[in-house]
Amino acid sequence: MARAEEARSGAGVRAGVRVAELYRTMRTIRRFDERIVDLVNANEIAGTTHEYVGEEAVAVGVCAALRSDDCITSTHRGHGHVIAKGADLTAMTAELLGRTTGCNRGRGGSMHIADLSLGILGANGIVAAGAPIAAGAAWASRQEGSDRVVACFFGDGGLNQGVLHETMNLAALWELPLVFVCENNGYAVTLSSADSTAGSIVERASAYGMPAERVDGMDVLAVLDATERAVARARRGEGPSFLECLCYRYTGHHTAERTMALSYRSEEEIASWRDRDPLERCAQFLVGDERGEIDAEVEHDLDAALAAARGAPRPRPDEALEYVWASGHRPRTGTSAHA
Amino acid sequence: MARDDAVFVIGEDVRHALRGVTKGLVEDFGPERVLDTPISEQAFTGFATGAALSGRRPVVEFQIPSLLYIAFEQIVNQAAKLRLMTGGQASVPVTYLVPGSGARLGLAAQHSDHPYALLVHAGVKTVVPATASDAYGLFVSAIRDDDPVALFAPAAALGTREQVDGQLVPVPLGRARIHRAGDDVTVVAVGHLVRTALTVAEELAGEVSVEVFDPRSVLPFDWEALAESVGRTHRLVVFDDTNRSCGLAAEVLATAAEEFDLRARPRRVTRADAPIPFGSNSRRRCCRAPPISRSPFARQ
Repeated sequence: MARAEEARSGAGVRAGVRVAELYRTMRTIRRFDERIVDLVNANEIAGTTHEYVGEEAVAVGVCAALRSDDCITSTHRGHGHVIAKGADLTAMTAELLGRTTGCNRGRGGSMHIADLSLGILGANGIVAAGAPIAAGAAWASRQEGSDRVVACFFGDGGLNQGVLHETMNLAALWELPLVFVCENNGYAVTLSSADSTAGSIVERASAYGMPAERVDGMDVLAVLDATERAVARARRGEGPSFLECLCYRYTGHHTAERTMALSYRSEEEIASWRDRDPLERCAQFLVGDERGEIDAEVEHDLDAALAAARGAPRPRPDEALEYVWASGHRPRTGTSAHA
Repeated sequence: MARDDAVFVIGEDVRHALRGVTKGLVEDFGPERVLDTPISEQAFTGFATGAALSGRRPVVEFQIPSLLYIAFEQIVNQAAKLRLMTGGQASVPVTYLVPGSGARLGLAAQHSDHPYALLVHAGVKTVVPATASDAYGLFVSAIRDDDPVALFAPAAALGTREQVDGQLVPVPLGRARIHRAGDDVTVVAVGHLVRTALTVAEELAGEVSVEVFDPRSVLPFDWEALAESVGRTHRLVVFDDTNRSCGLAAEVLATAAEEFDLRARPRRVTRADAPIPFGSNSRRRCCRAPPISRSPFARQ
């Protein structure tokens, strides 16, 4: 272990950065989503999911800079954020399989995964809709006298939602302990960033009076560094920051895209980003058998999570109206009482 | 706010109490609990959700009812669905306050909607008080409820005065109030139309015995109490100041047709399916109850 740290230090890794853990989490996210695609294609998971493959360095770099009591809001492409923030793999797998042991008791699915006990305020099916929720949580943290911060993930597509701009204005005005994390993967579904977003992204954020920087989102150490600066500023009570993380999704917008033969991205473009793969770049700092051991452990963990999730029960139809309201009131059913 | 430190108010011009409700609050509780926001309805509505997830009890004021349309996504798709989507983890105790909902003279189409039925359709708990004591009681219950609750205070009811004897008390959600007992017909009236219904009932006294039923909560609705009332009168009229199609009256009549034993066709007095025009005469045609001689009572 000491030898590994020495070798990493020689390679330029800052002391205290747990590279092996960063790699392990990125590997877990990648393999989790690759396996999930197989389960979707096998119809074991209903609907479609949005793969995070290729973007792992952003979630892992950002969440490694957070404390366990800090919060995040996530997106439709949220598996990576949620795993990086510490979600239990079995509970996540069970959620995607629609089981009662899922983090959301099988009521949320891929796009709504949440674990409030871990500060995961929810993935979100609406682009940029988590931003004001993150701002409210950040304000509440300050009101409590806590130095908790909130990281708010959204994509380049979210930059053109009014609610994000309204929230950036509020956050800067009220100096909220918030980090805006833009995952710029180049595409809002099929529309390229060049065709959707006028001007400069970081200048948009700077215009609200907050520090904004562009980060190599394929480099987990660069993301970690930038996020640590933003988090430290937020904890000091100096207000929000904005990170534009340049990254890429290797696969389609969602699992269903495989069957659609869409052609908005070239094979060359995809290959050029794969050449900068965040796992490969991080793995160069691993020594000896570290990588092989981590990879094997990740497979083992994911095998165990899937086996446990598969054995769990699904919600019963008569439980469909549970968890709608906190009070004792029950929603009306969809069938007439005297039909 | 004095009882619970978690309660705070957020909205536009609330420190200067442009709508009256928040008068004096900033002096009593300070600017950190009375947040004036930029004109950013989506952001401050979602902000309330995030604060509520973190243990606060926000009261969000919307100056005019149509602002709900701008914030609809954050109310309906975020706040109101979070509990289900998180499998019961999340509580979102937010109150959406709409002081002065519905039509006011001279405010024309964009300021005159009364979209409580829209929130009912979308599954958001919604209350519409008709009297001062119910306004207090429902407001307190909405704030203490662990779910999002919208409170519409109809503009046409704001002038209602009431002598309050004894202490004001919370009014539970989902509990209707019979303002006047009767034997011949049940009139379900919402918000300011309760007073209209009481006037009609008084004018018809001796001729027709009218029971005036105020649901107070339009979601959850006190169907049991309505079944009990109509079970006695076997006749039903609904006064509902929302658009006719898919309005609250439509839902009450549909339920009555399915579940109640009616001896006469049910009737409803609603808005027309049209925006409110500016001019007062045309406005009257759209959203006022008809003269009593032409009212459904005369034909029953």
